Amino acid sequence: MAYLKLNGVEKTFGANRVVKGIDLTIHRGEFVVFVGPSGCGKSTLLRLIAGLEPIDGGSIELDGCDITHLPASKRDLAMVFQSYALYPHMSVFENMSFALKLAKTDATVINEKVSRAAKILNLTDYLTRTPKELSGGQRQRVAIGRAIVRAPKVFLFDEPLSNLDAALRGQTRIEIAKLHRDLGATTIYVTHDQVEAMTLADRVVVLRDGQIEQVGTPLELYDSPVNQFVAQFIGTPQMNVIPAAQWPTLSSVLGQAVPALGFVGLRPESVSLHPTGQSAGVGAGLDLMQGTVELIEALGAETLIYVATDHGAMLVARQNTRSGLRAGDRVGLAIDTSSAHLFDAQGRVIHTADEPARLARSALQ
Amino acid sequence: MNPNKLPLMLHALRALSAWLVTLLLFFPLGWLVLTAFKTELQAISVPPLLFFTPTLENFAIVQERSDYMLYAKNSLITSVISTALGLALAFPAAYSMAFFKSKHTKNMLMWMLSTKMMPAVGALVPIYVLAQTAGLLDSRTALVIVFTLSNLPIMVWMLYSYLKEIPVEILEASRMDGATLWQEFRHVLLPLTMGGLAATGLLCLVLSWNEAFWSLNLSAAKAGTLATLIASYSSPEGLFWAMLSAASFMAIAPIVVFGWFCQKQLVQGLTFGAVK
Repeated sequence: MAYLKLNGVEKTFGANRVVKGIDLTIHRGEFVVFVGPSGCGKSTLLRLIAGLEPIDGGSIELDGCDITHLPASKRDLAMVFQSYALYPHMSVFENMSFALKLAKTDATVINEKVSRAAKILNLTDYLTRTPKELSGGQRQRVAIGRAIVRAPKVFLFDEPLSNLDAALRGQTRIEIAKLHRDLGATTIYVTHDQVEAMTLADRVVVLRDGQIEQVGTPLELYDSPVNQFVAQFIGTPQMNVIPAAQWPTLSSVLGQAVPALGFVGLRPESVSLHPTGQSAGVGAGLDLMQGTVELIEALGAETLIYVATDHGAMLVARQNTRSGLRAGDRVGLAIDTSSAHLFDAQGRVIHTADEPARLARSALQ
Repeated sequence: MNPNKLPLMLHALRALSAWLVTLLLFFPLGWLVLTAFKTELQAISVPPLLFFTPTLENFAIVQERSDYMLYAKNSLITSVISTALGLALAFPAAYSMAFFKSKHTKNMLMWMLSTKMMPAVGALVPIYVLAQTAGLLDSRTALVIVFTLSNLPIMVWMLYSYLKEIPVEILEASRMDGATLWQEFRHVLLPLTMGGLAATGLLCLVLSWNEAFWSLNLSAAKAGTLATLIASYSSPEGLFWAMLSAASFMAIAPIVVFGWFCQKQLVQGLTFGAVK
């Protein structure tokens, strides 16, 4: 059931059209992540939903009501800001209870709700402190606490983790995922970090230039990107995208005509390497070309190997075993053709013969 | 460099110059206070007297010649009302400039300040005629209006600089929490700008209290402020230094005492402003 519905939402700043006719339906209880490079309009879109920016076209419906022109204070949404935006003159308790106080909630109910939220977020010992006396991670939790005590219709998160250091970010990400599992609240989460998008989302909305590029579950985006942009935005290291011109034998490999100006995309795990002279490894891989190892990143659990092919392309291969290769070694490349993506000159995906099989595979997951 | 690590000589020199500057600034005021307690003869004696038997004679004469309380009342009423009125007008203006910035905001601020660059005397005739036509000459209303308007640019500027220190997300958070505009002002904006509001108010109170140009030109016996009381002692018969000093002393005493008590707010408000 559609819970939050955007119809042709538009936003312009001066002559700049930053959100271009967004249509999107979000279901009750869903965790939706808006992801995209900076300046793609994801935060603006969130602020339009929040009611913090006036909307220039289209409409927004929430739970069956048109909220397009409702002020933020009347929408019953809660937002967690990147800068936390805690009230500096109030204690943690006052910060968390502010909305309930404004709503004239009974004091005992406020106490109960705040202490329950504080317990979930490990803030019980800090309720009397002011935000100034808290660490970054604690402030972040207060900001989340301020949102959850209200049990709003939708939670909005605007890059909530980007001010935290890497370790804390991973930890808080897990906490947010757990919180969503426990509360089951409808959530919209904005980030530029595709790892956050992949790990948190039920569905990911990839935005670029104020437009939706693709909407899907994380694995749908990973397995079946509709264009080169999505293909390269999702997944680290990035998908290898090689101009067809740098790969003369491509058509014969894929058993399909490749446009002269097209591209082929390969996930790093679909590329395997073997020292020249030996035969291609096990599996359906096909030895395609030769190259030289440029750089090896041994991460422990996995190894990333950067190879420059003889035709001038750069590729990265990921393998789960350690590698005896060194920079400068000659290698042969084999690819898993069933997971290759083919793009036309404009970067749109060309459906390959293997498409049905891949769709079936991602549907299973 | 850590000031504690300064060589002793340098430290002493710095302290000495600080004292010198303080003394320089305080000297006229101190001299005024001393003179107020001298007889007219002692006041003009050469060389100046530092030690003498103080007398309250001058205060008695001033009180006899003019109704101090009337002038004090006029000063109090005009400065308090004009400050309150000014804050009420300047706060919304500064709020909109700080949080709903347009590309003309900077120009507008500059333009407001530029009105302070014009010498007041340039506007004397039109304002005098306006006051006359409206029948407001020698009325507190005229003074309140003029004080408010002449302080308004400074108030907007000061409040603007305090308000723009507040991250707009905090206000947005309160809106998301369901706060109406009034609740946002009452529960978030006001507590966060209290220091700035106090400093702005105090400064304008002092400026209005000491304002002389417009009081002298627009008021006389009825609405005259303490500034006009002082001025009345520079009379054609010549200067009576002791009496003039006594009048000045009485005029500035209340605001000095008030300023003393509000010192903390004033200094804090003028130097801090940040609430992050």
